[in-house]
Amino acid sequence: MIINHPLLGPRDSQEFTYLGDANLIDRPDWQAPDAVDRFFEYLYLRDNPAGDHRELWFHEQGDRSWVVVTRNMATHEILNVELASDVARNRGRSK
Amino acid sequence: MRYSGFRVIREALTGHKGWTPAWRDPAPQASYDYVIIGGGGHGLATAYYLAKEFRQARIAVIEKGYIGGGNVGRNTTIIRSNYMLDGNEPFYEFSMKLWEGLEQDFNYNAMVSQRGILNLCHTDAQRDAYTRRGNAMRLNGVDAVLLDREGVRQMAPYLNFDSARFPIKGGLMQPRGGTVRHDAVAWGYARGADSRGVDIIQNCEVIGMRIDNGRIQGVETTRGFIGAKKVGCAVAGSSSKVMSHAGMRLPIESHVLQAFVSEGLKPTIPGVITYGAGHFYVSQSDKGGLVFGGDLDGYNSYAQRGNLPVVEDVCEGGMSLMPMIGRARLLRIWGGLMDMSMDGSPIIDRTDIEGLYFNGGWCYGGFKATPASGWAFAHLLATDKPHETARAYRFDRFRKGLMIDEKGMGAQPNLH
Repeated sequence: MIINHPLLGPRDSQEFTYLGDANLIDRPDWQAPDAVDRFFEYLYLRDNPAGDHRELWFHEQGDRSWVVVTRNMATHEILNVELASDVARNRGRSK
Repeated sequence: MRYSGFRVIREALTGHKGWTPAWRDPAPQASYDYVIIGGGGHGLATAYYLAKEFRQARIAVIEKGYIGGGNVGRNTTIIRSNYMLDGNEPFYEFSMKLWEGLEQDFNYNAMVSQRGILNLCHTDAQRDAYTRRGNAMRLNGVDAVLLDREGVRQMAPYLNFDSARFPIKGGLMQPRGGTVRHDAVAWGYARGADSRGVDIIQNCEVIGMRIDNGRIQGVETTRGFIGAKKVGCAVAGSSSKVMSHAGMRLPIESHVLQAFVSEGLKPTIPGVITYGAGHFYVSQSDKGGLVFGGDLDGYNSYAQRGNLPVVEDVCEGGMSLMPMIGRARLLRIWGGLMDMSMDGSPIIDRTDIEGLYFNGGWCYGGFKATPASGWAFAHLLATDKPHETARAYRFDRFRKGLMIDEKGMGAQPNLH
């Protein structure tokens, strides 16, 4: 699989390590009254769709950036690659 | 029809005209007492034990493809019960005992071959860990033998004993481990279930579930609605997809695992050998092919095929452990979908929906568990109580912090 890095261009997926579902960006508020339930869902439950999946890859043997890859789980086709920092800022996070 | 040596001789003398199909091909009825989703090893074993041990009832197994086309025909055929943790070891030993009596039980030659499984260790720390695991096994009444370097050399002199980087220090051996002909497991259970009145319905994919007031009414399939009092789901890599029809999110990710078969070679590998310094495990089939595998590809997938970097990695592991296989040619490579759970251990449990039960999260260890998984799931479906060896395999262990994490990897499914 070739991951088209937003800054570095096309890179072999072997340069990256895989973390999982991009929802891991949205860490729950630990002070929320239902924090226990939300952390349970955050840590353990997954949509695991058989179609398009947004997921976190770490460019470990490259520029050490985190990217959000949208990939089809049935065909392995990569549809979109964004910097995870951009995704997080767009969701209102400071970094 | 009962299979026997006498029968084989009689058929040989009469032109093999008396053999009949091993199971029927029925159309789905309007409703059943039990519907098992998934005609793989676990689903068929569930139906078999449900019909044989627990209930006289109307039972159906529905399968989206054909019998033997999923993971039961895609694994590396290894059976073992060399686990450490209390939640696991009694269950896998129960499975091993069922394997030992399986062929007589369902009157089918599954080629259960207990040639032993040897886990090699390459550091002092690893030997300590294996000593501990072996002791845990023996506390549970399971056979375990710790071999030193010379003991390993006697068994497998062709291993790379000269490796300075990963010297072979010894190994943990389970003599009762071994291999089983995986297709025959599916066929034997299918035949056994069918002969006890279970309808095995192939080419019938679940596309929805009908749930009223928190109670399951039946499943919508590509061959129409099938009503059911109780529905059990045992679909391995497709668990999240099927259970999403009931609105459930599971502690499971689907990953792809590749397996490999070489050309046929003369008998050389006595049992199963696993490499402790790389992820590589190998056995030799009765046809002579080396059957081996390694790590997951590492990313979520429903594709039933992997990529080349893992092929390279597995073959490097093999070459590092037994350089003699370098000249052997690969015949086949394939991939299967693993339902990787968050702690590397399975789930056999009720759900919040009345009448809907779940069996999954087997990661890449489902084949060896087939008989016990079927028995325990049948027990749960019939009595609404977990089987005594499967009590720990609950959904709520994640919420309660009662993980059964053999490798200590945490909630990172691609590392288990």
